Amino acid sequence: MFDKKKLETIKTEKEQWDCGPVEKTCAKFPERKTTFTTISGEEVERLYTPLEVADFDYDTKLGFPGEYPFTRGVQPTMYRGRFWTMRQYAGFGTARETNERYRYLLEQGQTGLSVAFDLPTQSGYDSDHALSMGEVGKVGVAIDSVDDMRVLFDQIPLDKVTTSMTINAPATVLLGMYFALAEEQGVPYSKVGGTVQNDILKEIICRGQYIYPPLPSMRLTVDLIKYCYEHVPRWNSISISGYHIREAGSTAAQEMAFTIANGITYVQSCIDRGMEVDSFAPRLSFFYNAFTNVLEEVAKFRAGRRYWARVMKERFGSENPRSMMMRYHVQTGGVTLTAQQPLNNIVRVALQTLATAYGGAQSLHTNSYDEALCLPTEEAVTVALRTQQVVAEESGAADTIDPLAGSYYVEALTDRIEAEIDDYIKKIDAMGGTLKAIEDGYVQKEIQDSAYRFQKEIESNERVYVGINRYTMEEPPPTNLLKVDPKQRDIETEKLKKFRVERDQKSWKAALDRLDEVSRTDENVMPVVIEAVKARATVGEVCDVWRNIWGEYRPKEFV
Amino acid sequence: MTGKKRIKVIMAKPGLDGHDRGAKLLARVFAEAGMEVVYTGLRQTPEMIVEAALQEDADVVGLSSLSGVHNYFFPRVVELLKENGLDDVLVVGGGIIPDEDIPGLKDSGVAAIFGPGTRTEDIVKFIVEKVSRN
Amino acid sequence: MDTKSRDLDISVIMEDLAAEVLQGSVRAMARLITLVENEDPRAFEFLGSIYPHTGRAHVLGITGSPGTGKSTLTDKITSVLRQQEKTVGVVAVDPSSPFTGGALLGDRIRMQRASGDPDVFIRSMATRGNLGGLARTTADVIKIMDGFGKDWVIVETVGVGQDEVEIAKTADTTIVVLAPGLGDSIQSMKAGVMEIADLYVINKADRSGADALVTEVRIRVEQDAQIKEAAWRAPVLKTVAVEDQGTEPLLEAIENHRSFLEQSGRLKKVRREKTRQETLSLLKEEISHNVLEKILGNGRFDDLIDDIVAHRKDPYTSVKEIVTTIFPDEE
Repeated sequence: MFDKKKLETIKTEKEQWDCGPVEKTCAKFPERKTTFTTISGEEVERLYTPLEVADFDYDTKLGFPGEYPFTRGVQPTMYRGRFWTMRQYAGFGTARETNERYRYLLEQGQTGLSVAFDLPTQSGYDSDHALSMGEVGKVGVAIDSVDDMRVLFDQIPLDKVTTSMTINAPATVLLGMYFALAEEQGVPYSKVGGTVQNDILKEIICRGQYIYPPLPSMRLTVDLIKYCYEHVPRWNSISISGYHIREAGSTAAQEMAFTIANGITYVQSCIDRGMEVDSFAPRLSFFYNAFTNVLEEVAKFRAGRRYWARVMKERFGSENPRSMMMRYHVQTGGVTLTAQQPLNNIVRVALQTLATAYGGAQSLHTNSYDEALCLPTEEAVTVALRTQQVVAEESGAADTIDPLAGSYYVEALTDRIEAEIDDYIKKIDAMGGTLKAIEDGYVQKEIQDSAYRFQKEIESNERVYVGINRYTMEEPPPTNLLKVDPKQRDIETEKLKKFRVERDQKSWKAALDRLDEVSRTDENVMPVVIEAVKARATVGEVCDVWRNIWGEYRPKEFV
Repeated sequence: MTGKKRIKVIMAKPGLDGHDRGAKLLARVFAEAGMEVVYTGLRQTPEMIVEAALQEDADVVGLSSLSGVHNYFFPRVVELLKENGLDDVLVVGGGIIPDEDIPGLKDSGVAAIFGPGTRTEDIVKFIVEKVSRN
Repeated sequence: MDTKSRDLDISVIMEDLAAEVLQGSVRAMARLITLVENEDPRAFEFLGSIYPHTGRAHVLGITGSPGTGKSTLTDKITSVLRQQEKTVGVVAVDPSSPFTGGALLGDRIRMQRASGDPDVFIRSMATRGNLGGLARTTADVIKIMDGFGKDWVIVETVGVGQDEVEIAKTADTTIVVLAPGLGDSIQSMKAGVMEIADLYVINKADRSGADALVTEVRIRVEQDAQIKEAAWRAPVLKTVAVEDQGTEPLLEAIENHRSFLEQSGRLKKVRREKTRQETLSLLKEEISHNVLEKILGNGRFDDLIDDIVAHRKDPYTSVKEIVTTIFPDEE
């Protein structure tokens, strides 16, 4: 981008500036710190100039939006055509309560739904299971059967909304229920749209909601992807997630690197199951975090898009540009929120939203400022949604595409993060792939080391966190917190008892037997799962069939 | 003598919540403070936690919960410890725990609740002071 | 909860701690292990009462480099033993930090199938500065579990290096676990490790390089056996512990080794040698403890050092003189 002579001149001038004005100023007014780093520990220079991006080539590094390598975005017009989808993750208590929240959010201008399931559902246990004690309806909605799913989407036509479901180990079951419900509503599969997380690897790495050993887990993942490709073309059959990796303490580069490594494993598994790369890859989607260091996040997103495009083209020989596009959802950083002075979180979320917009995401969930304290209240959820709307409508960030491109700093940081991603991918390849790297605890250890380093920085005051280690103040305890009725497990248990008695025992039993049979073969389980949930098998019952066949996974943990 | 009395801690995640960043971080911090730390991992029932405390002869049980199940799990652990004659084990908790729940938890026998943003050195100090083994 | 000294509590139940262990109190066993770990002098008395009841458990040692999957393997072996209705004690040893003295004891987590079963007692131990893969007091902890009535005691070593021969002196059957891709090749292994293995397990056998490793180990075993004309030839088994593959054949192999030990009379021989070693080292400790107390207690030792430093005396003769004074009839 710069000719050699010009660079020479700049180099000389920069040296003069360093030795002259900078040195003089520093002598009088020393800088705040000797080294400046991003929240991920990336070192930040005093000034970026063309020298840091000397070998920058516009065509190979950036290109145009909607074109390879998609650094600047996956669509030609990006937010000038349509804003990102504002999709608030919500779910708590009963299906009825959550349904009311959904309808409220849709009335407020939200454009997509996102279902949070409670932990028993995510772990494949019914509400009346012993391990569900204390957990029913706590961090999401409790769904045991297709009857609950019907209440959850009451008065919400499934051809008019897109739905994202955060469900992994039992993804086939919950998705099966959703498809069964679409059928009931008379909505053809071709018109059903949405996303299911279905990312078991990151559960094993850091989120903890796994059930079966890695190999059968991967089989379920691929069955779902294959089924959606064949029957539900508008469904994003996996959302390969870095979000939780970051929440667990990784750096920005690690978040992107480990997510891409997992993505490579999924793509390879699908290919190994006989699928053409360009048949399923266009439906792969990703899910990332956004922290408060705006420029680092933007660089992360751009680096990730570019790297993934190259992986798909060069490693997997994809020829369809749609397969090379890293389309992704973002959620603002849950762990960046503080319980202290919770209103400050609104500002954090606003900056994270800006980073997401500059970074070119397809959809966004903004956290509520009270989430470090409790489940979000309606007021807090509204402010979170309004934050997105302010950024979209007022900030101007959505009016031109990839506005930070060409910034010496952002481009240099993008390159550096891309190089870090590449290092990790090479290391993991050398270990024999993600599954082995996870089994050996390598990925987990890298994340935990970063988390530990960050904590030490906070405690030594090396890094300032407002309200935590500086600008602290005495506060009255927060009030008006949302709580889930602790009696809910009893209510759900009663409901289940009745449900189990009232269903047609014969067809229920037959469907589960059929599921058992098919699961022991190489056949895709999705059709029999759908039949089973239609025959009113519960989440726990379906998952138990597989527990009996495959056993339960006990991971290695590394501290 | 190479052997010396050491504070033994069980770090546990009760319930189905998989967010173990805090628990793992503290395990490491406690070990660096010279304690012997047994990390039990995820999905621990109160029975499993108490069994670990019993077999390991723990001085301290640390519980971490971010999913809102503390009001059920923490007191249950204390109760089971007592049932097993382990009433001198120090139980501390942390995670996302609303202030209004803290008095109830303390009444049930949880010695302290450490919320988000607590300095790890304060937690170490608390434990060392409480577990005075001569 | 008030601050309360745990020592007080222990002294309350001190009197019959050993009796309680023999009666099957898990809590007493756990507390006695703590006393032993702390090298509390009171522990010896209890160990003395427990000793007559030991010698019944089969002690299985599991060693190997980090990352070979020892804990997972221990978990799987335990669950097969449990299916056979055998009771099991597990001692999982992890290293103490040489800098802080603290330790992260992470093996228990990989034994989740076993934990939760009242007939499996798992105890994590930190090395507390001891080298060689075990804690100084591991052998005593095994005795407590044995005396308690466990049919099997499984000891998992630290696995930080390949210099863990101590386990062979402690266990009846020693398994050396290897895995492909960890740089574990026979050439790189110290001779000592090869000497201690009664069984080899190539874990993570689904990984590339597993078969080559099996072949390599088998050749080495053959060579060794030919040289030594050994009665026992260590079998080499493949497992994928994570997926629970190969556990049952492994257990059969362990049982074979056990029968071999019993039928060949080796078990008696080995245990006699073990008892000899243990008693000897106890004696050494006791002697050095008593002698040193006498010598160091009266301050004369410092005077002696002054003399040696000033070259008025030499250390060789001086030491001889001290010993002769304490044990006058030695010569």
